[in-house]
Amino acid sequence: MDKNTPSSKQELSPPRLTILLVSAMALSYEILLMRLFSIVQYHHFAYMVISLALLGYGASGTFLVFCRQQLLNRFPLVLIGNILLFAITVVVCYLGGQHLLFNPDEIFWNNRQWLKLFALYLLLALPFFFAANCIALAFSRFRQKISAIYAADLFGAGLGSIFTIGLLFILFPQKLLLLLGSIIFVIAMVAWLELRLQPRWQALFFIGGAAVLFLLPSAWTDLAISPYKGLSQQIRINGSRVTEEKTSPLALLTVVESNLVPFRYAPGLSLAAESEPPAQVGIFTDGDSMNVITRFQDDISRLTYLDKLTSALPYHLSQAKDILILGAGTGSEILQALYFKSASITAVELNPQVVQLVRSRPEFSGNLYDQENVRVHIGEARSFVSGSRKNFDLILLPMLDSFSSAGAGLYSLHENYLYTVEALQDYMQHLAPAGYLSMSRWIKLPPRDTLKLFATALEALARLGTEDSGNHLVMIRSWQSASLLVKKSHFSPEEINRVKEFCQQRLFDLVYYPGMQQQEANRFNIMRQPYLYDGAVRLLGKGAERFKQRYKFNIKSSTDDRPYFSHFFKWRTLPEILRLKGKGGMVLLESGYLILVLTLFQAIAASLLLILLPVIVRPYVTVSEAGWNRPRIVAYFFAIGLGFLFLEIAYIQKFILYLGHPLYAAAAVLAIFLVFAGMGSQYGQAKQIRIKWPVAIILGLGIADLIAVNHLLAAFNWLPVPMKIFCTILLLGPLAFTMGMPFPLALTEVGTDAPDLIPWAWAVNGCASVIGAVLATLLAIHFGFTAVVLAALTLYGLAAAIFPGRYKLKGGRNAAG
Amino acid sequence: MYFLNLKGLLLFHACLFLLVFGSDAICSDQYDEARRAMVKAIEADVRETSFYIDKKSLDPRVMSVMGTVDRHKFVPPSEQSWAYANRPLPIGHGQTISQPYIVALMTDLISADPGDRVLEIGTGSGYQAAVLAEMGAQVFTIEIIEPLAKKASKRLADLGYNQVKTRQGDGYYGWEEEAPFDAIVVTAAADHVPPPLIRQLKPGGVMVIPVGSRFFVQQLVLVSKDSAGSITSRQMLPVRFVPLTGDH
Repeated sequence: MDKNTPSSKQELSPPRLTILLVSAMALSYEILLMRLFSIVQYHHFAYMVISLALLGYGASGTFLVFCRQQLLNRFPLVLIGNILLFAITVVVCYLGGQHLLFNPDEIFWNNRQWLKLFALYLLLALPFFFAANCIALAFSRFRQKISAIYAADLFGAGLGSIFTIGLLFILFPQKLLLLLGSIIFVIAMVAWLELRLQPRWQALFFIGGAAVLFLLPSAWTDLAISPYKGLSQQIRINGSRVTEEKTSPLALLTVVESNLVPFRYAPGLSLAAESEPPAQVGIFTDGDSMNVITRFQDDISRLTYLDKLTSALPYHLSQAKDILILGAGTGSEILQALYFKSASITAVELNPQVVQLVRSRPEFSGNLYDQENVRVHIGEARSFVSGSRKNFDLILLPMLDSFSSAGAGLYSLHENYLYTVEALQDYMQHLAPAGYLSMSRWIKLPPRDTLKLFATALEALARLGTEDSGNHLVMIRSWQSASLLVKKSHFSPEEINRVKEFCQQRLFDLVYYPGMQQQEANRFNIMRQPYLYDGAVRLLGKGAERFKQRYKFNIKSSTDDRPYFSHFFKWRTLPEILRLKGKGGMVLLESGYLILVLTLFQAIAASLLLILLPVIVRPYVTVSEAGWNRPRIVAYFFAIGLGFLFLEIAYIQKFILYLGHPLYAAAAVLAIFLVFAGMGSQYGQAKQIRIKWPVAIILGLGIADLIAVNHLLAAFNWLPVPMKIFCTILLLGPLAFTMGMPFPLALTEVGTDAPDLIPWAWAVNGCASVIGAVLATLLAIHFGFTAVVLAALTLYGLAAAIFPGRYKLKGGRNAAG
Repeated sequence: MYFLNLKGLLLFHACLFLLVFGSDAICSDQYDEARRAMVKAIEADVRETSFYIDKKSLDPRVMSVMGTVDRHKFVPPSEQSWAYANRPLPIGHGQTISQPYIVALMTDLISADPGDRVLEIGTGSGYQAAVLAEMGAQVFTIEIIEPLAKKASKRLADLGYNQVKTRQGDGYYGWEEEAPFDAIVVTAAADHVPPPLIRQLKPGGVMVIPVGSRFFVQQLVLVSKDSAGSITSRQMLPVRFVPLTGDH
């Protein structure tokens, strides 16, 4: 012990670099875990597990309440010990967790799965627990420098988000996991040096540890993808082999070829089809959701299957010259447009690596993306459309589940800006006078997506001032897919005859056309009742609102403020579904939403435990009167914890459309928030600040930004991306800067009033952050992001009211020592 | 005090562990009883879903066969305790054995008569093939995953299902040499109905396809070819649920 004590304890300053790096790695690990679990499992499951694992932060605070003094006595070694444990658990806990082979599908009847889930929570919480210990110990050890430590923590988190997203382009997730573990070992070295521990050469041991971890055999770190995911199933088939893999923060793409059993992917193919697709190469996104590159060698006759899909309908109504495909992916819709001899095809695709995969097989794919009449634009669809001055004869939204949430890993909250009322308005405004908007969706039974899409189209038409919306819509279906056509002008009788003929020849059913009678519906692919026709007619009638209210799923149109197209769940229906649980009724559950609710309950229950445990075990602590007592600490730190997360999440969403890319927007806004909040925290330390000022500024800027962001897309979409980011910094920087102050201002005072409660305040804030993230999404689903911002501002107002009145001046006094 | 709490926590988890693992176990001599209970569970499910499947009970022959076939011999040893629970079970290789109610419903839908030629795409454990064989059908079954195909083939032979012909390979092109078939069961997920399978269906024949994930069947699709060769499909939700309420 004597050997390792700092050379001059009195002059020891907080290990800011260490805190910054630990915090950066904790955030990197969080993002990486999202990625890893999206690959080996499914993304909404990843979200649930990782949200709870973040309670490791709360657990750390609770733990330190009990042994703060013992640990502080040996601060340098305890800090380094925690960093080392963080490094080891980052790797070991993930690898252990993936080999638990948890299967969410079996959870309703197999009790073993609950145990596995519980074990997974514990395993994944451990790394965050050790990382949070480092920060909370630093707060307690350097009570006069809380602002500086908090600033380092926020800066680090800001850098961490950009760091992982950058590295995911270069390294595969499993390798990045080892790199993170190794970097954390190196952080232990940084801490050793920063804390001036002797002898200094011993710090080199940590480099050795880092090297060992990074060079772990790759067989140990292979991803254990769930055996029920598409990729696992495919590679079990003789002759299938993985020929290429590409990684990016958007997705892990795996190319699979098979020389024995060819791929034949033609979703929604007519029962009357006589020919199958030519040879194909499969591309799996995050180990599932397969797409294909289809062999195309100028022989267009091999592609007749493309005429036997519901999506071929618009080509039979008029000769579309100028086509826009939103979400071109591996090119099936481009092939279809080429098959129908379209003169000009504009293809928009979010993930450049998908396009690269097609381009890198020029002979197989027939140079699809480089045909003279095909133009590719890499970017987000909405942003492209609103920035385009061109009008198109046909705008196609293919049957991709959600093109913009392809980056489901980091971005697993299911927002979809492609199918909102505003999106459809925008598409229609970019149609030629007789142009069509064509959208295809899988059919779910009982109907959900299709009716919601119909309702959304009706609302978009109404907002554009169309009075007889019913004359602008046609919908058809096969047994598994439906296509909705929206026309800028009326459908003519001749067009309707062609629709009927098209369906008759391909055994597709008419769902709706202007003037359709019920007996024409439900002929070839028979449902129990003509649900889709009935639904469409109801949505067009006067009682549409009542119909939507009474329907057992949520089919109200989604908007940019509430972009949850795939949210169909209604609480009213839950009892009926649960009654049918043992009778196959679970397929009716929209599990994504329920998982979110379950996550919230879990987080609240675990938070209550973590917050109350210290109170139960040690009911009495010494606090100065009228100062920071326990109820005040809970209320204040909960309010600012929730408020911070609410604003952060709401503004990430609000800026996605403007910045034009879900993933980069999320990373940029997150980094702006954390870095500027860090600067604010630092500034608050240096100045004497009354709490009411930052809160007043937060309220003012919060409202101003809300108004401004809604006009950004319309007014400044033409700016180049760096200028857009500059605009974002101008708007969000000052807000985030001010949001960095309330936490350290209060924690510094807690340090004076009741130093024993510093870790507890940290636990409360940690729990609030976890609950805040989940609650923000739930609030947005029900009330929209504007409501989330307003709720956050109210919480900040409450926090200001809770702040003890006798301490109006803070920060500088303690900083001075 | 802190350690006392820890002890209590450990005790609680030990109890939880026993509760979880002790609850579902079925002794081996109780299989017959379990099978009878399974048949009752299927009957109850059928009554519940009569709205969608247009019948209050399944063909008595199907129910009798469901009460005959030793389902526990088609599941891995680790799953045998649950063999007669009315739910799907994992059989390895990322595959499952379907929920007994779904097997019964699919068998009823194709209503195989003795001597009918039935093609199955996706042998899996071989359980569906055994059920069809017990119905008196001549079964031709194809499995794409080699280890599963070998295991199922041996199991069916060992259990004496000699009228089941097995093959390992791609089911997309059906079994041309043995076509046409009175019925086709596609137990493997499909994003479309392969045109060759429709061609191999006899006029008057039916094809049944479960759509959904490995563990949850979302709907059953019944494709029928009438005597003139015209094709129609019918979609069935295997659960009683009406999406529209009130004045519908």
